[in-house]
Amino acid sequence: MGLETKPLSTLHEHASYDVDDFVVPTGREEEWRFTPLRRLRDLHKGAAGDGKVIVDVAAAPEVTVETVSRDDERIGRAYVPADRVSAQAYGSFAQATVVTVRKEVVATEPTVLTMRGEGGVAYGHTTVILEPFAQATVVLEHTGTAAYADNVEFVVGDGASLTVFSLQNWASDAVHLSHQHARLGRDARFKSFTVSLGGGVVRIAPSVAYDAPGGDAELYGIYFADGGQHLEHRLLVDHTQPNCRSRVDYRGALQDEDAHAVWIGDVIIRAEAEGTDTYELNRNLVLTDGTRVDSVPNLEILTGEVAGAGHASASGRLDDQHLFYLQARGIPYDTARRMVVRGFLGQLVEKIDVLDLQERVMAAIDEEIAR
Amino acid sequence: MATLEIRDLHVSVEDKEILRGVDLTVKAGETHAIMGPNGSGKSTLAYAIAGHPKYTVTGGEVLLDGESVLEMSVDARARAGLFLAMQYPVEVPGVSVSNFLRTAVTAVRGEAPKLRDFAKEMRSAMAELQIDPAFAQRNLNEGFSGGEKKRHEILQMEMLKPKVAVLDETDSGLDIDALKVVSEGVNRFRSGDTGVLLITHYTRILRYVKPDFVHVFAAGRIVEQGGPELAELLETEGYEKFTKAGASA
Repeated sequence: MGLETKPLSTLHEHASYDVDDFVVPTGREEEWRFTPLRRLRDLHKGAAGDGKVIVDVAAAPEVTVETVSRDDERIGRAYVPADRVSAQAYGSFAQATVVTVRKEVVATEPTVLTMRGEGGVAYGHTTVILEPFAQATVVLEHTGTAAYADNVEFVVGDGASLTVFSLQNWASDAVHLSHQHARLGRDARFKSFTVSLGGGVVRIAPSVAYDAPGGDAELYGIYFADGGQHLEHRLLVDHTQPNCRSRVDYRGALQDEDAHAVWIGDVIIRAEAEGTDTYELNRNLVLTDGTRVDSVPNLEILTGEVAGAGHASASGRLDDQHLFYLQARGIPYDTARRMVVRGFLGQLVEKIDVLDLQERVMAAIDEEIAR
Repeated sequence: MATLEIRDLHVSVEDKEILRGVDLTVKAGETHAIMGPNGSGKSTLAYAIAGHPKYTVTGGEVLLDGESVLEMSVDARARAGLFLAMQYPVEVPGVSVSNFLRTAVTAVRGEAPKLRDFAKEMRSAMAELQIDPAFAQRNLNEGFSGGEKKRHEILQMEMLKPKVAVLDETDSGLDIDALKVVSEGVNRFRSGDTGVLLITHYTRILRYVKPDFVHVFAAGRIVEQGGPELAELLETEGYEKFTKAGASA
């Protein structure tokens, strides 16, 4: 398939299915400078897939889930890898999972794909296709351990609506690099929740492209970095079509030595994307000394006709005034701290409309706070 | 029978002395008004009693029923029976009013109230203060108007039932209807078992909440004391004469 150079903005240079079209990163490149390359177990240097990540499927009755070989024609149509590890994953996976929701079909329950790492290096690929006017919720839950690189494609047809959860509940030594690309048809709706709590190095790159006007994307993220954890989220919303909307809201908490969170929020509004309405936000709550946050919003506007465009980034400590207020009502410090952190992240958790998932995520956050 | 005793209290903020020897005793059944111009240290007194970390006590004592509160943490003071209604209640994102109240009530009473009893108690207290029940599910103080915030301060006071309540300019920024509602709340709270320390800049609230004692605050200390008639005097003559007295003291 070869090199496909897109005439892009300054934000994303090129894309290719071929790993050799990308140089091995050194850590000085803009897209790699925050990532601890030494901890990637050579995923960026062509590590052989000697390990295993097993995919368990619990599908809604209306949804088809297939395991297919790499030459299946549905694979790779929505997404061209944008960095070396993504291309490595694309060239290395043995089998892919394809989730299909037929035209106008409404799935009555979430479809859950559990990716269970059983050690070693592994590569994967998942393609989710919603035909026009279909509706579904898909959960990608990552558990166990592995050095895992994968690509996920979401093809959301005209008028279709897809909600996606990507839960990173890895063991603490896992490494996970993932590109999760959504392509939206006319008036399509896409909502994603990325919840990164477990794993040693997690680098998730959710991106959105619009094929026609009227697309609506909401990208939410919740992360909690403990000592030694590197949690990186790199977002790209590429507005190439008029009258589309995007919202990005990522919030994280950090505690203990060498907890590192990275958030990159790239939004491009191209010349032809008139009437775009976009806002991106990243907030970080720093709970202890010794942590590090890198938060970089980039908004590139190439048209004068936007409906709204903004971004904000704020990182700070727990607000002493919040704690004082709660304590002044008799609430002990530890409880007050838990309430404030819970409240901060809980505002996003509340948006999770799958009730048992909402409860699970909140419980997992409570566990993180209690550590 | 609750007694709050403040003895020769000296308080500094960032090495600057704000309170310069305050003596005041509030007994159960009494309402004391502290009046004074801006910058006289009234709010510093309130925050120092509550234990705000920004305020350093450099001398003196604060005793609640004979026990020093200065060694207690902020939350321990509240559990011991002190309450501070704040001038600028803080917005706490993602923490609902009902969750906050229930957590506070549980902490202060030492056991969790039954959910049903608590809901009933909260609803009735909210109704008395003319607070829309929908506020229970809203985030604490977030997007509340000034008057709504102050009503919620009184709501908290009524539910936590402290021994001594310090009200820091609870009347400021209220329109007359809200002032009446808030005053009625304070009057419900006043009893033979509770003491109230009402800090205010204006005499307006004292028409609705009658004080037993009025203290005039200037330059970090009490410069004049008297009964309710002192408030009337301040109303007509202003603080000027006292600020001069404080500065020269």
